[in-house]
Amino acid sequence: MTGRILYPLAGVVILVAVWWGYCIAFNVQTAVLPTPDKVATAFVDRFDLLLSEGWVTLQETVLGFALALGIGLPLAVAIANSRRLNLMFYPLLVGLQSVPKVALAPIVLVWLGTGLESKLAIVWLVAFFPIIIDTAAGLKSTPRELVELARSLKASPWQLFYKVQFPAALPFVLTGAKVAITLAVIGAVIGEFMGSSAGLGYLLLSATSQLNTPLAFAALFALSFLGMAVYALVELVEVLLAPWLPPKGHGH
Amino acid sequence: MAFVEIENVRKVFRVGHAEIVALDEASLSFEEGAFVSLLGPSGCGKTTLLKIVSGLLDRTAGTVRVGGTEVTGPYSDYGFVFQQPALMPWRNVRDNVLFPMEILGRRDAEAERRAGELLALTGLASFAGVRPHQLSGGMQQRVSLCRALIHKPKLLLMDEPFGALDEFTRLEMNDLLLRIRDETKASVLFVTHSISEAIYLSDKVVVFSRRPARVKEEILISTDGPRSQEFRFTSQFTEAERRASEALGLLHGEEH
Repeated sequence: MTGRILYPLAGVVILVAVWWGYCIAFNVQTAVLPTPDKVATAFVDRFDLLLSEGWVTLQETVLGFALALGIGLPLAVAIANSRRLNLMFYPLLVGLQSVPKVALAPIVLVWLGTGLESKLAIVWLVAFFPIIIDTAAGLKSTPRELVELARSLKASPWQLFYKVQFPAALPFVLTGAKVAITLAVIGAVIGEFMGSSAGLGYLLLSATSQLNTPLAFAALFALSFLGMAVYALVELVEVLLAPWLPPKGHGH
Repeated sequence: MAFVEIENVRKVFRVGHAEIVALDEASLSFEEGAFVSLLGPSGCGKTTLLKIVSGLLDRTAGTVRVGGTEVTGPYSDYGFVFQQPALMPWRNVRDNVLFPMEILGRRDAEAERRAGELLALTGLASFAGVRPHQLSGGMQQRVSLCRALIHKPKLLLMDEPFGALDEFTRLEMNDLLLRIRDETKASVLFVTHSISEAIYLSDKVVVFSRRPARVKEEILISTDGPRSQEFRFTSQFTEAERRASEALGLLHGEEH
């Protein structure tokens, strides 16, 4: 069991050592690549700043993700249950998914300005597709026998949905949510890059423009911690829902 | 009037512009408490007929009456057992068995008690809290059988329920099914492609021809007292097997 902790830790130590060694051996300037200790110092010294900017990014990420869930789930249910809606919108959705969302960011900014709204819209754009597509796929893959069983008992559409289709689709919904939350962080940062006066993405950009590379790196680390934290949150939900999920290795 | 009456039922599937006659003029009837098998080669429309009787599939022509009432859609007075156990992986054994009672809005103490009885009857009493994936295929199918019986249906519709099991498990399940039938007094309509299984279980074997499926022959099998594996080695059994094989065109000089 110690190997589970020791080996990953050793990997990190090796990476830091190589990074440090490279900086010293080639006498790299701090503005280009700061040594790990300088990054750590910046992280600790400016922790309050990182926290307040991180809070902004976290809000954008979580709210945008919640928006994607709130709109994506009902739409997926509609598409999965109506042949007509499915034919109308499913090909469109798959097509739209291939549009690079980053390319839409400047347009979104023109429409919604540089405040929270535009960030939410961009996060929603990137997080929405994996949620709706995975959920619709999950709902459609409900075993036919279970649907027939429910029909044979004259189950109402609502009973069919919440007792059969939704639990059957739940593993797919969670897979979609995990992809979506990772993309949501990226979406928030893109939004901040495009135009904003707050957030870790903004801090990163302004730090590099002032050649304060240690702070930029600190912001980068803060961003990855944030990403890991929100991903862990989704995993926590998965663990809490485990009684309703198929056992690992026996999944759909 | 017989309990189940099927008259001149016809089913035509439309695939593009082509029409496929899955079932042609199928007729049969049986009394309450009877065990009837539908026997025929794969794709001969046996399952189609079973689904029509269940009301899950509509017919192109003909009439189906169960208990004197014409079938126009699902009517929940039957239990359906599929070829696959079709259990819900997110529910434990007991909750799977009780699923129909939840849908019917009757999950009460009485239902819980009956679930316990059925699980005991099928030898699953100690597995009530276990999830389906921890059970063998035969045990899963037993859970599925309990689920079909939980709401005390008068009719049990079974679609090749033991087709995916190994021979030994299948024989055990056959005896279990006969025992349960004796306890519950339910009528059974049983689809199978195994000649010996059909004969071993049934009071009446209905042999279907290849597509378009028609009822080729009805073989009545009556024995005194409950059946046991001994029955398989009687001349009556062998004779019934021979008649079924003839009707299916498996013997030389027949049907060619």
